[in-house]
Amino acid sequence: MTSKSVQNGFHIFQFVNAESLQSYRLQADHNDIETTCLHGSWLSDVWKNTATTARSTLSSAFNYAIQALGCTIHCEGLIYGSPSRSLMTLQHRDTPYNNPQIEFKFNPENLTRAKEIISHYPTQYKKAAVIPLLDLGQRQNKGWTSISVMNYVAELLEMPPMRVYEVATFYTMFNREPIGTNFVQVCTTTPCMLRGSTDILNTTLSHLGGIKPGETTKDGKFTVIEVECQGACSNAPMLVVNDDFYEDLTPESTKKILDAFSRGEKPKPGPQSSRQTSENSAGLTALTSKPYGPGEHCSPEFQ
Amino acid sequence: MLRIVASASRPTRLAVANRRNIASTSARQADITLTVDGKEVTVPQGSALIQACEAAGSPIPRFCYHDRLAIAGNCRWHVPRRGTTLTKTRCVMARSLPFLVSSFFYSSSSAAPAMNGQVVFTNTPLVHEAREGVMEFLLANHPLDCPICDQGGECDLQDQSIRYGSDRTRFHEITGKRAVSNKDLGPIVKTSMNRCIQCTRCVRFANEVAGVEDLGTTGRGNDLQIGMYVEKMMDSELSGNVIDLCPVGALTSKPYAFQARPWELKNTESIDVLDAVGSNIRVDSRGVQVMRIQPRTNDNVNEEWISDKTRYAYDGLRTQRLTTPLVKGPDNRFVAASWPDALSAIADGLKRTGASGNEIKAVAGHLADTESLVVLKDLVNRLGSDNLASDLADKSGDAPPVHGVDIKSNYSFNSSIPGLESADAILLVGTNPRHEAAVLNSRIRKSWLHSELVVGMVGPRADTTYAYEHLGEDAKALQKFLGGKTNGDFAERWAKAERPMIIVGSAIGEHVDGEAVFSMLAQYIQSAGTRLVRDDWNGFNVLQRVASRPAAYEIGFVPSRAAASTTPKFIYLLNADEIDPASIPADAFVVYQGHHGDRGAALADVCLPGAAYTEKGATWVNTEGRSQLGRAAVPPPGAARDDWKIVRALAEVVGVDLPYDDVVSVRDRMWAISPSLVRWDALEETSLPVAKAGLASLAGKKKAATGQKLELPITNFYQTDVVSRASVTMAQCTRAFVTRESEPLAKGAVEMHA
Ligand code: SF4
Ligand code: FES
Ligand code: FES
Repeated sequence: MTSKSVQNGFHIFQFVNAESLQSYRLQADHNDIETTCLHGSWLSDVWKNTATTARSTLSSAFNYAIQALGCTIHCEGLIYGSPSRSLMTLQHRDTPYNNPQIEFKFNPENLTRAKEIISHYPTQYKKAAVIPLLDLGQRQNKGWTSISVMNYVAELLEMPPMRVYEVATFYTMFNREPIGTNFVQVCTTTPCMLRGSTDILNTTLSHLGGIKPGETTKDGKFTVIEVECQGACSNAPMLVVNDDFYEDLTPESTKKILDAFSRGEKPKPGPQSSRQTSENSAGLTALTSKPYGPGEHCSPEFQ
Repeated sequence: MLRIVASASRPTRLAVANRRNIASTSARQADITLTVDGKEVTVPQGSALIQACEAAGSPIPRFCYHDRLAIAGNCRWHVPRRGTTLTKTRCVMARSLPFLVSSFFYSSSSAAPAMNGQVVFTNTPLVHEAREGVMEFLLANHPLDCPICDQGGECDLQDQSIRYGSDRTRFHEITGKRAVSNKDLGPIVKTSMNRCIQCTRCVRFANEVAGVEDLGTTGRGNDLQIGMYVEKMMDSELSGNVIDLCPVGALTSKPYAFQARPWELKNTESIDVLDAVGSNIRVDSRGVQVMRIQPRTNDNVNEEWISDKTRYAYDGLRTQRLTTPLVKGPDNRFVAASWPDALSAIADGLKRTGASGNEIKAVAGHLADTESLVVLKDLVNRLGSDNLASDLADKSGDAPPVHGVDIKSNYSFNSSIPGLESADAILLVGTNPRHEAAVLNSRIRKSWLHSELVVGMVGPRADTTYAYEHLGEDAKALQKFLGGKTNGDFAERWAKAERPMIIVGSAIGEHVDGEAVFSMLAQYIQSAGTRLVRDDWNGFNVLQRVASRPAAYEIGFVPSRAAASTTPKFIYLLNADEIDPASIPADAFVVYQGHHGDRGAALADVCLPGAAYTEKGATWVNTEGRSQLGRAAVPPPGAARDDWKIVRALAEVVGVDLPYDDVVSVRDRMWAISPSLVRWDALEETSLPVAKAGLASLAGKKKAATGQKLELPITNFYQTDVVSRASVTMAQCTRAFVTRESEPLAKGAVEMHA
């Protein structure tokens, strides 16, 4: 959910009509680095050639245009190049599938769990339960936290809804737009990248029909996003499907995992190579001898 | 978000256990000494480092720090260099640049007790470099649009980047700057969120002071945004204050947008009159126009906040004005007249109706200033009349007020506005302070937030910005509560409260049960011994809502009993626009003096154009009884004149001799009536024996309560008087927040998604 512009393409605004400064086009193409750079240098030329006084105006007009764009396509923050437009919105706008009129309530089982969670905190600090309850809500609501989920949690914890929105927008693990049945998170932080996560990402994307990070497949079975380090670097590269880690990936094993999920199966989580957890892949280099048993080096009477 | 209460924003009395604010700390009394730039300073423990530096005369540049808001420390701006270990001073420095602190240890000898003996440097090359760096970061995402930004000329970022910033840019980011969509916060606050430096002052203000917990931050890091997440407007009567608080041009004023630059404006310090709080204001004018109204700090009255009505009703001063005397012709239409003609028309009218004695009636309206009230009273008295009424609802202003006017503490806010902060239980009777005195209400909230204050309410339920226990809707419920027959948390706490406070709404006096309510409260206070009224505490308060009323009572501008029952033949309306037309007999001759052609002018035979509060130097008495001096910022329009002078001129024409010709001698006369009227800014308390005598006079009246429901006098906060009724901005606010007629912003968004 975090932005990844550096690896995956620049997003740049291009003047289409430099005179009126009015029409801009959003260049968010993944494989279009060359063109973007071209426009980029053109833009910086424009910038340099503008008289200093005019620059501030230009800059503001520029920003307003970006802003207008941000509004219309609902992707504030896009300038940083987040590829996932839906996951980046930081302002809720009512839609037919996400508006406060849609009712959400915990099912009886979750309600019991919620009460249990709330009971861990002193009554006046009930609101401390907001993160676990949002998570519970997200799970019940097909993996995403709708505005109704947030409002319901706010009501349950007797806190102003805005405080819940703050939490839900702060943590990237709360999806505020619907996702596919399987939520695939590919780690592309440095250790994974050094171990080939770019291949894994590209394999995943092309195997799922050429979608882009942040998008959902047409059949609604997969949503893929890039994420930062998941703490499994020793088994890099890795990806997460729903709650499980799949590690030591190769493009082949990645495809296998995705295929299994699309058949509705659940492959075995953990390293997909032959090694145990994160043991040395080159075999053991220490503690190779048989461990001595109890009493082995003791004098006979204690053996 | 972390919410620690800044020391200045803390009320004087702090509770040990605090329910409402997780992060607040209890008061600590000890003093600590530290060294700032080689100077020793002693500050109370718990002060922020920034306060200590200030005390030492080394001002620290700041953005997010505000002494009336909780400390957030997110702008990373104020950077002194520190010589000891991390202290526990609640200073944001602990978070802002810890590496700076730890890598420049001076000596372990000063690592004595925490906080004490700290060594701080605010003026070294290292500090300059750090500030320059922080400024560079701030500017990396701030648009360079100062020429088209309304904050230009009064922008902290502008000033500080000149003072502390670098002289050249290293910003060559081809992807441009951060872009954030603007938010629609309503008809008052204009947003340009690209400029936001995320200091969160606005968020802290909205949550702590205004009590609208809808504003917050969404997202994080570089993507952090200020907003409400959902589409919503900032529904608060104090919303305009975020404009002042915003250090940059992210939140600016919609009505004032692109109207003027600060250096073109003339500043006049004055007093607000649109409620009875007497907020201190600064009127900014250009030429003959009031361009905007800003708050002025006065910790005894409004701290540094003003309500949106105070701030934005000024555009009402430009429309609907009476600019020339008007005399009604035979065809019942007004004809412009000269001053001499208008005055002699009045003298004729007085003669023609044959009014004498109490048949001559004067009515004081909401916006009448003290000087003109005094002169008008003198005139009417010398004409042999005692018929001095007010334009209260339902003709109740025609009778003497139920609380009498002989003793000031019977109709004043005796605990004083700062006194609210030390109260531990407040009983509201028939009032919603949020509408009747918006700024005062924020004090109650402040106290409620930071201490154990409990609030109970008798009267219609209202949306205050703090929780209260509702005790009933009528005088009988009040009787039951005072009789100790109500159970509940509030009743228990009230019984134990050390500084209990009763706030009676001014509308109670206009209610059928008014007399009963006042007498039962007085009896209760008497029976409670020293609990409510004693040497150091007077917990009996009447909250006035109209600027002219406390002064009118103080000078005795009330009818005698005999006068109240006389049918008037000649009526003089001084700014009286809320008057009930039914109280004016058809054959009476009516004069209206005031500044707007509103309800009062419509009833008149002759209209005399007076000056509005921004156009005259006049005395105003607030609900506490504090008299303050308002000053003229612009001249009155057209032929309009200072109000007291108009009455003085009329006296000449009707042949009454008044002993003053200039404002100094009018104020001498005021001094003779009540010296406190001209002791501006001071608050004179009623002495204990007098206050007790006042209560005894109230308690003496025995009248049974009818049990009719109490009513709130203000239904539309934004339009309560002639100025705010003429104001376009207030009309927009009414549409947005009262009648809620405005369309929700982005209907299109739904279709686009569908
Ligand atoms: S809008 Fe202004 S006050 Fe609010 S966080 Fe941004 S800069 Fe600060
Ligand atoms: S970098 Fe991928 S899990 Fe740590
Ligand atoms: S003023 Fe100190 S960090 Fe903002």
